[in-house]
This record gives sequence, structure tokens and C-alpha cells, in this order.
Amino acid sequence: MINVFTQHWQELLLGFGNTLLCSVIALFFSLIIGSTFAIFEVLPYKILHIVGRVYIEVFRNIPLLVIGMFFYVVVPQFFVTLDGFTAGTIGLTLYTSSFIAETVRAGIQAVDDGQMEGARANGMSFMQAMWHIILPQAFRYVIPPLGNQFINLVKNSSVLAFVAGFDLMYQGDAIASTTFDTFNTYIVVGILYLIITLPLSYYMRYLEKKLA
Amino acid sequence: MSNLAEAYSWINLRYLLEGLWVTIEVSVISIVLSFIFGSILGIIRYIRFPFLSAIVGFIIDLIRNLPLLLLLFFTYFGLPKIGIKMEPLSAAIAAMTVFESAMIAEIVRGGIQAVDTGQMEGARSVGMTYWQGLRVIVLPQAMKKMIPPLVSQFISLIKDTSLATIIVLPELLYRAQIIYGQNTRYMIPMFIALAVMYFVVCYALSLVASGLERRTS
Repeated sequence: MINVFTQHWQELLLGFGNTLLCSVIALFFSLIIGSTFAIFEVLPYKILHIVGRVYIEVFRNIPLLVIGMFFYVVVPQFFVTLDGFTAGTIGLTLYTSSFIAETVRAGIQAVDDGQMEGARANGMSFMQAMWHIILPQAFRYVIPPLGNQFINLVKNSSVLAFVAGFDLMYQGDAIASTTFDTFNTYIVVGILYLIITLPLSYYMRYLEKKLA
Repeated sequence: MSNLAEAYSWINLRYLLEGLWVTIEVSVISIVLSFIFGSILGIIRYIRFPFLSAIVGFIIDLIRNLPLLLLLFFTYFGLPKIGIKMEPLSAAIAAMTVFESAMIAEIVRGGIQAVDTGQMEGARSVGMTYWQGLRVIVLPQAMKKMIPPLVSQFISLIKDTSLATIIVLPELLYRAQIIYGQNTRYMIPMFIALAVMYFVVCYALSLVASGLERRTS
């Protein structure tokens, strides 16, 4: 098991870095997209509400792998060529944003109605009240579930292996298929994933207890 | 347009639907098995037996924090090295069951913990044993709280069966790839078919779940 790491640490570290990088990029953009659609759902415009709902339901109910492969296989045929990392990260962002939208929406709705009424009564516009009053309070509720979404994101980023995204899973698979030491290689890859996800998951559990 | 008609010819469509059947078969077997194992593990973790619960809890945390794809690779490509060989179908079911049992164990534990402690105290004070209190009073209430997270877990299980395409399980995604591999003009129609089929199955399940929720609350 040690051999796998000592002989292939460069590839493994590169994969580890790519996994972290694509997870952070996907988290950043899916936070923006997800929060936008979450706000759509609480705005008093029916059409935006429908747009938000459709987006969320579509990307929540289609496998991430199908979305990722669409950007890797179909899009290059008709539009632009995307490398595996980009295609995978786009797929990851769209998929995750639908879950983040649900999380943020639940957070916004958990804020007491009186907060919005109070802000409006003080002369703020709806958007001002949303930005200055509601969202900062909603943020507190959504930190633990967002942390869990990030853990899912790191785990889900393994589908980059399907689209030659050079992530940890891809590198592990490449090492396994050249050395034939599948058993030990996958254990090493698993340990590397756990280095990211396990501490985060314990920290989120601690935060959940503290905030509850 | 003739493209579409060709792509959705009965032969192709039947081939895809057979794949959808494999997807559903794997999903249903894994859901049933992981619900049984997950509930047992969740209860073990909740009850806090000395040693046993700590060990079970740690193993659950390890499995939950690994990518399912890694478990799938490990089961199909890694385990044969130590003499455990499985066909794609059993390997997929085994990997999914291990992973989902750990996820469901957490949901079950969370559901039981969310029930007010006064319920158990009340049950004990009217003369029930701990087990009676758990079975008759606490679990039925926990079940209600567990339905929404359980269903979203089942939905992600159905979506995750698509990962088994890499171990050559002839499920929906694998068959779509075979079809558009023969003729790239079928690519877009196949991706549309994939999206529609997965969406219909998963969305239908989520509608059933919200119906159930409304009836129990």
C-alpha cells in the first residue's frame, strides 16, 4: 500500500489538487447560480418562480454523469471543444447548483416573516431587504447543509474520471491499470478522499450541534 | 426529423427500455437491501452499545465520505485480487448497498434522535421496556421524519446506478452509449431520451414522496 504512494505520489498529488480545484470552482459558481434561483423562488413573480422550479427539478433529477457526458461528448460536436476538466466542472456546477438552490431557499424561508415586514416598513425595497436583512440571517442556517453539499461535491467530482478530467479517481484508475495493483491503489485513493471529506464532515456535525 | 424517427426506431427504443429495466432492477434491489441494513446499523449507532456502536459509527463515517464510484471500482476491480469475483450486476448491487446502507444509517439515526426524549421517558414510565418503547412509540414517529430524506436518498441511488456503466453493466446510460456509438447522428436524440427517462422515474418518485408526506402530517 505504501509502495503505491511512494512510487506514484506525483500523479496522486496532481489528482488530489485537481479534485480540490474543480470542487472549489464548482462550489463558487453553483453558490452564485443556486442562490439566484433560490431568490427567484421567493420573489413575488410567478414566471420567475416557474423558471426556478423547472431549473431545479431538471438538474436534480438527471444523473450527474449524464450531464457531464453531455458537455464532454455532445457539446464539442456542435459548439466548442471542452477538455475533460472543464466539461466535468460545468456538469458538476449545474448539478450542484440545483441542490444549493433548495438549501438556500429553505434558509431564506426559515427567516421569520417579520424581518421582511419590518424592513419594508422602514422603507427598504424588496431587494434591499433581501440583501441586507434576509440573506445574512439565512446564511447562518445554511452553513451546515452547504458544508454537506461541498462534501457531496468532492465525492461527486469523481465522475471527472469518466471524461478524462485528471482528478484523483482518474489518476488512481490510471495507476491501477498500469500496475495491476487495483486492490491497494483504490485503498490509497480512498484514503486521499477521506483526508478531504472526513474532517469536513465531523466539523459540520459539530457546527450543526452548535447552531441548533 | 427523419433523424429523430430513425433514432427512436422501435429496435433502439426497446434496447433502451431494457436498459431502463436493468436500472430499475438494480435500484429496487439496492433500495430494499440498504433500507434493511441501514436501519439496523442506524439503530445500533443510536443505542450506543459499548464498543460496537463506536466501531459501527466509524465505519459508517468512512463509507459515507467516499465516492460511490470508488467503491464500485474497488468491488469490481479490486476485490478479485483477494479472491472475491463478482459479475457486473452483483458488483453494482453490492457496492450500492454498502454505500447506501451507510447513508441510510445516518438518516435513521437522525430521525430517531429528532423524536422528543420525553416520548421514551413516557413509554418507560407507563411500564414499557426500552425495546417496547423504541418499537411501539419512538420508531413510528421517527419514520415520519425520515420519509423526505429517505426518498431523496433513493432518488440519488437511482441516478447513481448510471455510474455502473463503467463496469459494463448494461443499464440505461450504457445502452444509450452503444446506440450513439454506432451512429453519431443519434447522439442528441439519445441524450434527450436519457434525460427524459431518468427524469420521469426520479420525478415520479419525488411526487409520490410529497404525497406521502402530506398524508402522514
